[in-house]
Amino acid sequence: MNISILLDQWNYVIVIVLMMIGFYTVIARGNLIKKMVGLNIFQTSVFMLYISMGKIKEGTAPIFTNDPATIYSNPLPHVLILTAIVVGVATTAVGYALIIRIRESFGTIEEDEITLALNEEAMAENLAEQKR
Amino acid sequence: MSFLVHAPILQIIIPLLMAPVIILLRNRELAWGLAMMATLAVFALTVHLFININTTAQPIVYELGNWPAPIGIVYVIDAANAYVLPLIAGISAIATYAARSLVNAEIDPRDHALFYAAWLLTIAGMLGQVATGDAFNIFVFLEISSLSAYALVAIGAGNDRRALPAAFNYLVLGTIGATFYVIGVGLLYMVTGTLNIEDLAQRLPAIGDTHTGFAALAFISLGMFLKMALFPLHFWLVPAYSYAPSVVSALMAATATKVSVYVLIRFLFGVFGLDFPGMDSLLGVFLLGLGILGALIGTLAAISETDLKRLFAQSSIAQLGYMAIGLGLATKSGLAATFIHLFNHALIKGAIFLALGTIAAQLGRVTMSNIQGAAKQIPMTIAAILFGGLALIGLPLTAGFISKLYLLRAIIENGAWVVAAFTVLSSILALIYVWKIVEVAYLNDRPKGAPVLTETPAQWIGAWILVIATIYFGVQSEILVDAAFAAADMLIGGKQ
Repeated sequence: MNISILLDQWNYVIVIVLMMIGFYTVIARGNLIKKMVGLNIFQTSVFMLYISMGKIKEGTAPIFTNDPATIYSNPLPHVLILTAIVVGVATTAVGYALIIRIRESFGTIEEDEITLALNEEAMAENLAEQKR
Repeated sequence: MSFLVHAPILQIIIPLLMAPVIILLRNRELAWGLAMMATLAVFALTVHLFININTTAQPIVYELGNWPAPIGIVYVIDAANAYVLPLIAGISAIATYAARSLVNAEIDPRDHALFYAAWLLTIAGMLGQVATGDAFNIFVFLEISSLSAYALVAIGAGNDRRALPAAFNYLVLGTIGATFYVIGVGLLYMVTGTLNIEDLAQRLPAIGDTHTGFAALAFISLGMFLKMALFPLHFWLVPAYSYAPSVVSALMAATATKVSVYVLIRFLFGVFGLDFPGMDSLLGVFLLGLGILGALIGTLAAISETDLKRLFAQSSIAQLGYMAIGLGLATKSGLAATFIHLFNHALIKGAIFLALGTIAAQLGRVTMSNIQGAAKQIPMTIAAILFGGLALIGLPLTAGFISKLYLLRAIIENGAWVVAAFTVLSSILALIYVWKIVEVAYLNDRPKGAPVLTETPAQWIGAWILVIATIYFGVQSEILVDAAFAAADMLIGGKQ
């Protein structure tokens, strides 16, 4: 792998870096808000992937001109990503709504504390089940 | 009837538009009535499409807004999805019927209208994923069905607050799965310049062995593995199914993962094809290997559960393992076996979870000690669970037997005796958990002081329609088997 190829394709390098940062945050962070932020970064990297592939060198914005020599960028990936952004916003909204509800009933948004509470409930239930 | 020309899109438009209508009306009874009407209409349309495809054997291509492919989005109804659509629509209709009593018992009356709106959206999303012929459109419908499914699972928090973390985990993993899928589709678009599934299948062979194509295959498969809860990516499924409201568990256990299996099949066999580089290892190592592990570990986990919703959710992991094994064989008969099992498992799990709902609506949870001696008080409900369990094992005269028969036949055709042995082993192990339930519910007396369980025909009829369908397709399996082989034939017949 030649370093100049990487520099030439720097937008894709950024996509991969963002993707990994987002994915890592989702997996490694215990705070639910941080997990959602990670998820958003992960999704944003995909938006950039799509937008990058729609760009054509020397291409202008795809607004029709009468000049046949005009080179246009491909608008389709951009339109697709508008849809994906809407989906991302909806996911984030549902995610935060769930976090609010979790905070109301568990009193915490830390994953390990929630897991602890869940385990205690499961153990209490198992004991009750065995007693009968 | 000329409007039937629009059946491919009407089946999605009807539930999609009925959802906002229900929200605007905000009336509990009306919400159920409209949801029922919508799902029945959709079921009728999908049956019409199935009969149409079966008689003409010609795919129906519906051009949205009269824009021809590949510029416009087309809906293509062919032998494969005409087989899956009536299954989803039929189970949706039966579950909607059962929802009337279950929702009244389990969900705050103020939320009923919102519940039915989300319910119809998830159904519309599932049907859309199956009906569309456009790869990006699948993503949009995937998210429509998933987002409403997260909300539906979270409504279970009224009974058990554990539904909330379950829904959150489901959201995180579901979003990762969907995003992987969309990365894969983006990579495919990079190398082919098209999103139309038919077009993709035609252009991909010319691309040859590229990293981009291989990465696309990996991302799409991994995304769908997550959504279909293939072992070991199944950790979201068990809590989501067990803490969701009962009727949501029934709908999701019966249909949600099946839709992802269908999308995976469509891509592996209908787009990439068996000759695509890397396909051998994906099918032979991942699907076959993880399928066997899932079948064994899911069954073992089910045996150790005392909560019946969790038990049958674990058993779903095992059943999805069988479907993965069928795909992993990479033969026509293996694919047909997966289609057959996809259908039968949907009926069986739908019946079991609806029956469990009758008990959960009264006691909150369904545990082994809760159902001690329950067979005398609620014979029809317990019998539905029993028949479902027997079908899961694969007892003759149930649809589960047909599944196992064709799966084993396909495995042995391949000479994979080890796989056959593991499949039989995990089926026999399933006998243990079914027997545990029989022992507790039938052979024990109801302990003194235990709450008295009741059932009305309105409560068990939904489960029993599915039980009767299970037995019907176990005896009269020709329609099912023919349709499954027609679907498999269309997807890989010409390429073998």
